[in-house]
Amino acid sequence: MTTFYENREIVTPGDLLAEGDYKAGSNTYKLGNKIYASRPGLVEYNEREVRVVALNAFYIPSVGDLVIGKVVEVNVNGWVVDINSPYSAILRASDVLERSFKPQRDELTEILDTGDLLIAKITSFDRTRAPTLTMRERGLGKITRGQIVKITPTKIPRVIGRKGSMINMLKKETGCRITVGQNGLILILGRRIEDERLAIQAIRKIEHEAHTSGLTDRVAEMIRREKMKEEIKQDAKSPRETDR
Amino acid sequence: MQKAPVRLIDEEGKRVDGREWNELRPIKIEVGVLNNADGSAYIEQGKNKILAAVYGPKEAHPRHLTLPDRALLRCRYHMAPFSVEERKSPAPSRREIELSKVIRESLEPAIFLEHYPRTAIDLFIEILQADGGTRCAGITVASLALADAGIPMRDLVVACAAGKVDNKIVLDLNDIEDKEGEADVPVAFMPNLNAVTLLQMDGTLTPEEFEQAVNLAIEGCKRIYKMQKEALKARYLAIKREVEEQ
Repeated sequence: MTTFYENREIVTPGDLLAEGDYKAGSNTYKLGNKIYASRPGLVEYNEREVRVVALNAFYIPSVGDLVIGKVVEVNVNGWVVDINSPYSAILRASDVLERSFKPQRDELTEILDTGDLLIAKITSFDRTRAPTLTMRERGLGKITRGQIVKITPTKIPRVIGRKGSMINMLKKETGCRITVGQNGLILILGRRIEDERLAIQAIRKIEHEAHTSGLTDRVAEMIRREKMKEEIKQDAKSPRETDR
Repeated sequence: MQKAPVRLIDEEGKRVDGREWNELRPIKIEVGVLNNADGSAYIEQGKNKILAAVYGPKEAHPRHLTLPDRALLRCRYHMAPFSVEERKSPAPSRREIELSKVIRESLEPAIFLEHYPRTAIDLFIEILQADGGTRCAGITVASLALADAGIPMRDLVVACAAGKVDNKIVLDLNDIEDKEGEADVPVAFMPNLNAVTLLQMDGTLTPEEFEQAVNLAIEGCKRIYKMQKEALKARYLAIKREVEEQ
């Protein structure tokens, strides 16, 4: 077994990553006993497996994923939802309502209309048919407030961090409620707009520097710095207010 | 009408633009130049200036075009009206339609289209300034735009031409050499897999000359391939360096 790159080195499609008895992980493919990269990204070698953490990709639905989507079409018995993927999803009315759906009684546009944003879970997908969604679980439903940030879906694990370290730090430091959709959309709900802005700025930084190490500490430091700046600004403002 | 004989190679063996027979034109490549596209790249090869943009994979419209077993790759090669000396009509010409097809077919073997059935990938290649060999530079830059969009590929595709000028086999023809020379052989190539995806010939060559030209073109492809890879990594390495300096 031979490897041809350092761990976490940047590779491009077609690069020969390893030769021998390895398993081809994500973003790689196998020809004979050679493993090549199929996307630009960082190589990771394990005991038995070679994989590439892609720097940019699109979202392919997977059953059980939490996603944030937008209603694009209302049909007779459900909705078509854009989930930031090559495949748009179907949400049936019976997967939204607590009771059974009766077309003569329920007006679908009163529940969800085109343009509405929602949090849902993927219940089925096999590439031959459109993925289906459900909203009948805790934490799922229509989004009524907050802000949405869009990042490339491969960087979602970085936003969450090892065992949730990054996301927990973000929640604590900014005081925002953050819902991460596996499809690259993130909902941020804060008490003040400044908190939301700070969380968005931090997520943008994570996306930009996702392929570097020591990121959690740098993001935490950036948030603290921004908070200090804001405090100074407010201190400067308050004396003038007392003058009046 | 008799044309005045043009000397394409001088006594010292230098070409019209001062190059040696096996020398490429200077190349500059940049990846991720357009924000609105899913992937993009820009190349300058000599006086050629070409922009490529990729959208998708996404749902194919109109729906009846979707393929049940693989993604649909749509390619548009287009020359800007100002890309040549005499204004070119912006409507797609016979030549552009043919090149769109040829470029599409040279890229298709590199992409894992079968992973994303019922979707479409749109690829736009816009020639801003043309000086010979735009189909090759177009393929080179298009494969970078596809990689930048995160579309899984077997290898990057790189293309380069060789040809016969003044009885000599030379690499990477420019516009005059292409028009006045005896033959032109564009080759598209996947270096890691050692596979040719496009091979054309315009003009006349003996079998020996043809083989020589193909080998020279592949040699050129391998040199451009290195620059392609550097360009793809450059953006991320720059961020990494910046972070490490802090």
